[in-house]
Amino acid sequence: MTYDIVFVAASALAIASALGVVLSVNPFYSALSLIMHLVSLATMYLLLQADFLAAAQVIVYAGAVMIMFLFVIAYLGNRADEPTRDIPLWQLGAAVVAGSAVVIEIVVAVASQAFGPGATVTDQFGNPSLVADSFFSRYLLGFEATSILLLVAAVGAVVLGSKRPSPRVDEPDAFPAPRTQPELELQAAVMGAETAFPVHHVPRKDEDEN
Amino acid sequence: MHIGVEYFVSVSAIVFGIGMFGVFTRRSPLILLLSVELMLNSCNLTLIAFSRYWGEQSGQVFALIVMGIAASEVVVGLGLVVAVARRKAELDVDRLTALRH
Repeated sequence: MTYDIVFVAASALAIASALGVVLSVNPFYSALSLIMHLVSLATMYLLLQADFLAAAQVIVYAGAVMIMFLFVIAYLGNRADEPTRDIPLWQLGAAVVAGSAVVIEIVVAVASQAFGPGATVTDQFGNPSLVADSFFSRYLLGFEATSILLLVAAVGAVVLGSKRPSPRVDEPDAFPAPRTQPELELQAAVMGAETAFPVHHVPRKDEDEN
Repeated sequence: MHIGVEYFVSVSAIVFGIGMFGVFTRRSPLILLLSVELMLNSCNLTLIAFSRYWGEQSGQVFALIVMGIAASEVVVGLGLVVAVARRKAELDVDRLTALRH
């Protein structure tokens, strides 16, 4: 009985907060709704005896990932707000049709099946040591692939967030780098004198002050 | 009432549909990323529900891998959003159609 009540409460909260994510105008409220959604999903994981995943969901997802989201939203300030143009009606209709088609398909497919009560499992099911057992033996390749993926993502984020964006093609001086005399001469030799920067001594800022 | 696997799968289908609606209608890349998170999490719920139903650990392992993929997706996505915002471009996925602004 308690199980049923917890399930109904958690699923209602999950669906309501998912709607909050999608329908909020303020991106801050969307992110906060997603945190609530993740926590209610963690409750459902507990009902499904996935203890370790529930803990990971709250710590990693609701903790770390969402904090990063909130940080970026706060960093962007009002530029993170939704553009104010109206959505065309056909797009809204297509979105409703596509979304509800998926829901109806899956619900009908699931309802037409007779699912039994499910396998009987011990209390140990889903605890960290058992998950780790299959993670580090049978699914070791997946574990390694995930770690490489995370490494690549970290490197990509560093590249994307590095200090100076590459200069635009049409505005070579948008982000001028301090150039040295040999560099300019080399560029003139490679690109031809008419396209390169003028080859003369470019005073740097620190020299100007003298 | 017995809460079987079908209830969990139905809830995850509803959440997936909501996330899909968000991806189709919202314009801000941040909200788009949040909607993709919704869809990934609903898939996680399905994996874990069937993992419990069959009494198999593998579903939980795959859910962990999906979490890792979602984390890297957020990292790269937010990096792109910040890079676009730093170049003073408008944060609107309908207008961001070219690789260079």
